[in-house]
Amino acid sequence: MIEVEGLTKDYGPRRAINNLTFQAEPGEILGFLGPNGAGKTTTMRILSGYMPPTMGVARVAGFDVVDESLEVRKRVGYLPETVPLYPDMTVFDYLKYMADLRHIKNAEERVEDVLEIVHMDERANGYISNLSKGMRQRIGLAQALLHEPEVLILDEPTIGLDPAQIREVRKMIREIGRQRTVLLSTHILSEAQQICDRVLIINKGEIVVEDTPERLQAGLTGVQRVSVRVQGDGDGLEKLISEISGVGRVSTSHEGSVEVECAPGKDIRPIIARNLIKAGFDLLELKSIDLSLEDIFIQLTREEPEPPSTDDSEEEI
Amino acid sequence: MRNVWIIARREYKQFFISPVAYVVAFFFIILLGYFFYSGLVDAIAYSTYYQTSYVPGPEIVTGQWMVILLVFSMPALTMRSIAEETRMGTMELLLTAPVKDWELIVGKWLGAFLFMLSLLAITFVFPIVLNSLVNPGIDQGVLFSGYLGLVLMVASLVAIGIFISSLFNNQVVVFFISLAAVLILWFVLRPLGTSTSSSGNQIITYMNFVNHYINFFQGTIDLSDIVYYLSLTSIALFLGTVSIELRRWR
Repeated sequence: MIEVEGLTKDYGPRRAINNLTFQAEPGEILGFLGPNGAGKTTTMRILSGYMPPTMGVARVAGFDVVDESLEVRKRVGYLPETVPLYPDMTVFDYLKYMADLRHIKNAEERVEDVLEIVHMDERANGYISNLSKGMRQRIGLAQALLHEPEVLILDEPTIGLDPAQIREVRKMIREIGRQRTVLLSTHILSEAQQICDRVLIINKGEIVVEDTPERLQAGLTGVQRVSVRVQGDGDGLEKLISEISGVGRVSTSHEGSVEVECAPGKDIRPIIARNLIKAGFDLLELKSIDLSLEDIFIQLTREEPEPPSTDDSEEEI
Repeated sequence: MRNVWIIARREYKQFFISPVAYVVAFFFIILLGYFFYSGLVDAIAYSTYYQTSYVPGPEIVTGQWMVILLVFSMPALTMRSIAEETRMGTMELLLTAPVKDWELIVGKWLGAFLFMLSLLAITFVFPIVLNSLVNPGIDQGVLFSGYLGLVLMVASLVAIGIFISSLFNNQVVVFFISLAAVLILWFVLRPLGTSTSSSGNQIITYMNFVNHYINFFQGTIDLSDIVYYLSLTSIALFLGTVSIELRRWR
């Protein structure tokens, strides 16, 4: 549905995205993760036909985004980061205008349908300027759904919403994503974890990793971590655990509780429990720590500290 | 073509909920009414003083004040057009909808053009009043050619405004640059020296924005004047389309 190969975009001398290559299959929800300024919006703008890339090829629904831009735009529903609305129009008029521009038959019926999908049918005759942020977001989504697009591109669809609305929009996206290809960007990792079939982490314009959220969590770290807590101040706890075979680094996080690292694939919790009880500790808690997508994200996108160069110090003088 | 009409229709409607459009329309009609009135008073004073029977014609409506008011109204009515879309981010919506860039520009132009035509239509009240005041009525040929000239002039004025609006995001900037552009076409393009026969001066005279209106105003419809305004309109709309296309590549 979406095929991207070697996509590169320069803004003047600055390279926003560099040589991106990825695919999205029909019926897949692909999450686009990355810190601010990573190139998510740029990529989405290229895929939606808003602007051409500097280099590389992108095809959406089988059409080239540069040479067959109009065909692409007919098949893509796009919700930009700043929801594009006319505040002095009513919800209905706005959607009717967009439906007309897309030459939708029975435009009025279709507008009513999408308003129902986003649960905004009661506000159809209200002015957009009177709507809350969350409602505007939903109208933006309604606009993207009007022409039943094959591909939906959503740029931070849940930004600025309250928790209840976030949950609702996520549910909506999941439902929509059953029949369509959805590409959504976010920097909220739990969101990607919940909605997406596959995640693409992008940093400084380059793809850092591409996998399912589950596999990312499991495979990426190479170590398994276990947290242990005992009653009392835990004297000698660290030493005792580090003597167990298979245990790597042991570190005391606070009094009476330690974090243990070990090789993945083997559960060492029973051994730890047995040894602790044998040694007379009162075991309060023993659990394995799942690395959250958050940690993976930070690990992958962490800025490498610049090596100190001798030239700098000379310049400063 | 259908897209042009859809965009033009929204643009046109948008003027009726825009306070700027109402203020412009209000001052345009009030001032024109005042100048019409003073034109009548002057005509009466003139004929009493010189003991002649000077009969005012349509020129007291379609004359210099009409041109000045149109030139000053245009930037206020077109400054919003594309600059506002860019500022609000709705440009992203229009540029990702299946609409060709020229359809967008022409639609924007058509909407604003139709609104200014509506204003012109209201001013038609003045010649009707004048017609009932003078005997044996006003010269309808001159009236017709005058209004034809105004329609053509408005078409090119609006096109210039739309083009300038596509260049900047700030409406105030658009207002002053549009106004400056028309004033340059009007006042700066004057022949140098007195020789009107040199080819350079002929070109400059041909390019002057208001020179071409003078024929219409006097009752002569000349093809070269029509061609001038239509070319100016097409060039401005073409440049507007190019500016939208360039925007994508930035």
